[in-house]
Amino acid sequence: MTKKMDEIEVPEPRHKGIYDAAVIGGGLVGSAIAYGLRRHLDRVTVLDEGDSAYRASRGNFGLVWVQSKGMGMPRYGVWTMASAGHWPALAAELLDKTGVDVHLEQRGGLHILLSDDEVRDRVKFMTGLLAQPGMSSYEWKLLDRNEVADLVPGIGPDVRGATWTPADGIVNPLKLLRALHIAFARDGVDYRPRQPAGEIVHAGGVFQIATPRGTVRAQRIVLAAGLGNPELGGKVGLTLPIRPQRGQIVALERTRRVLETPIATLRQMDEGSWLIGDSQEEAGYADQQTGLPVLATLADRALRTLPALREVRVVRSWAALRIMSQDGFPIYQQSEAFPGAFVATCHSGVTLAAAHALELAPMIAAGELPGDMAPFSTRRFHVQET
Amino acid sequence: MISMEQCDLLVVGAGPAGMAAATVAATLGVDTVLLDEQPGPGGQIYRSVTTTPVTNKRILGEDYWHGATLVEPLRQSGARYEPGATVWAVSQKTAADPSGFEVAYSVGGEARILQARQLLLATGAQERPVPVPGWTLPGVITAGAGQILLKSSGLVPSGRMVLAGCGPLLYLVAWQYLNAGARIDALLETTPSGRLAQAMPHAWGFLRSPYLAKGLRLMRAVKAGVRIARGVTALEARGDGQLDSVRYEAGGASHTLAADLLMLHQGVVPNVNLSRAMGMEHVWNERLDCWEPAVDAWGASSVPGAGIAGDGAGIAGALAAEHRGRLAALQVAHSLGRIDTARRDRGAAGPRQALARAVRGREFFDILYRAPKEFLRPAGDTIVCRCEEVTAGQVRETVKLGCTGPNQMKSFLRCGMGPCQGRFCGLTVSEIIADELGKHPREVGYYRLRFPTKPLTLGELASLPQTDESIGAVVRLKK
Amino acid sequence: MFKRLDEGTGEAGHATVQITVNDAVVACRQGDSVAAALFAQGISACRDTAVSQAPRGPFCMMGICYDCLVTIDGKPNQQACMTLARDGMAVRRQHGAREVPA
Repeated sequence: MTKKMDEIEVPEPRHKGIYDAAVIGGGLVGSAIAYGLRRHLDRVTVLDEGDSAYRASRGNFGLVWVQSKGMGMPRYGVWTMASAGHWPALAAELLDKTGVDVHLEQRGGLHILLSDDEVRDRVKFMTGLLAQPGMSSYEWKLLDRNEVADLVPGIGPDVRGATWTPADGIVNPLKLLRALHIAFARDGVDYRPRQPAGEIVHAGGVFQIATPRGTVRAQRIVLAAGLGNPELGGKVGLTLPIRPQRGQIVALERTRRVLETPIATLRQMDEGSWLIGDSQEEAGYADQQTGLPVLATLADRALRTLPALREVRVVRSWAALRIMSQDGFPIYQQSEAFPGAFVATCHSGVTLAAAHALELAPMIAAGELPGDMAPFSTRRFHVQET
Repeated sequence: MISMEQCDLLVVGAGPAGMAAATVAATLGVDTVLLDEQPGPGGQIYRSVTTTPVTNKRILGEDYWHGATLVEPLRQSGARYEPGATVWAVSQKTAADPSGFEVAYSVGGEARILQARQLLLATGAQERPVPVPGWTLPGVITAGAGQILLKSSGLVPSGRMVLAGCGPLLYLVAWQYLNAGARIDALLETTPSGRLAQAMPHAWGFLRSPYLAKGLRLMRAVKAGVRIARGVTALEARGDGQLDSVRYEAGGASHTLAADLLMLHQGVVPNVNLSRAMGMEHVWNERLDCWEPAVDAWGASSVPGAGIAGDGAGIAGALAAEHRGRLAALQVAHSLGRIDTARRDRGAAGPRQALARAVRGREFFDILYRAPKEFLRPAGDTIVCRCEEVTAGQVRETVKLGCTGPNQMKSFLRCGMGPCQGRFCGLTVSEIIADELGKHPREVGYYRLRFPTKPLTLGELASLPQTDESIGAVVRLKK
Repeated sequence: MFKRLDEGTGEAGHATVQITVNDAVVACRQGDSVAAALFAQGISACRDTAVSQAPRGPFCMMGICYDCLVTIDGKPNQQACMTLARDGMAVRRQHGAREVPA
């Protein structure tokens, strides 16, 4: 006997009644926030979509990357640095709580440069980046070819050099998501799959979220639904200028581990497979097609970086829709018209997972985003709140 | 530098559907290319038909040798046939000719691109996975694999050999082995009792089918020559790093057979990786417990200009495949303006009749040989994803964590991320999730598949053409 | 575990091909895939997996299971069932994940 879709209750929600917080969106952003909220609040739920949802989390490379972040918004550079600093604590906590090792490695990272123009542009960029008032400060170096070769044996002849910082690192994004979900089960966060949010009504200090399987009520809500955020935001007085951007990634088969220092565009996973990425294409909502020319460019640059990969096989590629705000920086904001409704959206869900869990979530639990979070609100776009 | 060729019609797969389609299309003046992975034509059902060392026709049987009759007309037709060619990506062109396709494939480790106005997938079927404990042990192969070893190299089992599962192919292989004088220790049939009663209402179709007389003769010979165990459950391959015995339950008791070779089979399912990666619509076939591409009477899919013929469009057998190939080719010739509607329909009359005859009786078989749920939905330590060594128990536990679909499952467990790209685990994962949730596999869905549909080297991928847009999308400053 | 149909009947007529498998000389026939040559020699395992070093061998013989991976003439991850055996070919069992050439 098969049940109808809306009769399924897997897993059985633990709480009836009003949640302290409902996070809409079960990807990396929503899950990290929900995890963090549970450290401060008793009753937390996550509403997630079904299996074929856009799911930016699937397109993630797994970089915990500081280098390059924050040009035009130094506060973002500082936020990113803080997240990188919190990451070891998050990884240790997750291992302890769930037994899942997310394989965090923070030994530094490289941004490879394949022409003299690229070198010039990069130096100018990094200098300008770190010169911004209020920017975090960290060590960065321009390495020449030989210095890069010390870190990456077999570096290709086209490689002119690289910029390196000790603050960069990598993690396994799929294990991170899995660890967070196991933590939900252990900690009693009600993860509700196939329960997307519909109408949101605010009455008597409580948000009521309509879903295909009944109404979910919560004192606070967090919109972390990625590309679904603009529509949801409209229901709680938030105008969110974000758009989808297609990111394509190429995955290579497992090999023995050879790359210890990650490169922004090439990394080797803990279990030996490789990821090459990523592209950023304005793509509308058609994430089905993988574009061959982009894959060719990704492959070509990877080969020029590490020629030894020539005979290693591409086993899959994927295109995921990632979130890009109008200026590329995250949006964190509490709705003025509907206090208690928060939004969190960003492009780098993995790098920021630690900040989301250990800094942003406590702010949301306390009911307020402090003054230094103001640069992340949509007021910077001069949009009208409805 | 990459070589770029053009054609009117690209047919992928040189089995019966592909050979027949390419022959008809080329004969009607359509500039046709036929690409196939194997070194010779025939696909899998007629594998090695031009080179087999098994020249005594009595052994493989007349149905197999019928395949040889498709080869010469293909060679005479003017179609450009390229063996050893693996197609791994198809994109719909956006440049000068917005209709049409750009197809990437590899020959001898070198990537090539072919531009085709129309595409016909004739990539056939594969055996359904048979996830039983120990199925990854050396010494365990599919019945189809055994048949390929016979056809392509004249090899027959010489030690203790057991066949297990259900479906006509199991019996066909047993019959061929008997003809060759090979030893078969047992045939373990997993068809549950009572199935014959279920299939009987469709027996009328079967009685009028071309399979009846042949089928009965074949079954009689196998029953006479092989020890058959019926209603087999709890099948298990055992051994330490190598198969040494097969355990099963039948007749209320547990049995163990010493074995060096176990051949598994429980039916065939369409190869869907290319059709899914192209974004074609697929529908669930309830009787065959699998997805198949949605096609019309001419084989046209939901992607304009792309059709599917043969078992890849839905399992119907080798003869049906041939006729569907011809029908698809007629339609292609028509849409390219080589023949008018009247001529197309005249040409189609024969194949349509032959197709109707060829599929008569299939419902009977489909019901009789439907794989038992136990063998579609394993549990415990049984490996489900062979490539990443993910077990059924792990998949079931992860559903309980709230993972309700195969794509999320892939993210959580890596099942489906190996080189076989879900070919041997996709259906099982969907079935297990359905089992855990009390839903139908149709609602659970399948892996989202993308190109490349076969692995290729990074060097090959890098040799494809880039564009200004692609470079701009990749080489940029990150925030 | 496998034998040739025409063994002992003197019906040869097929050119012999010599390959090496882990340095041992193995004779097979023109037209054999490497996988068929291995089976004919009684070899059913050709690699150990990257995930758990479990032994595996050819399974489907039609190029879609990727269990028949061997190193051929120094090149890893070649599908034995999709590669025709040629004189002098050196086949090696693959242990775990492939190397990246230096």
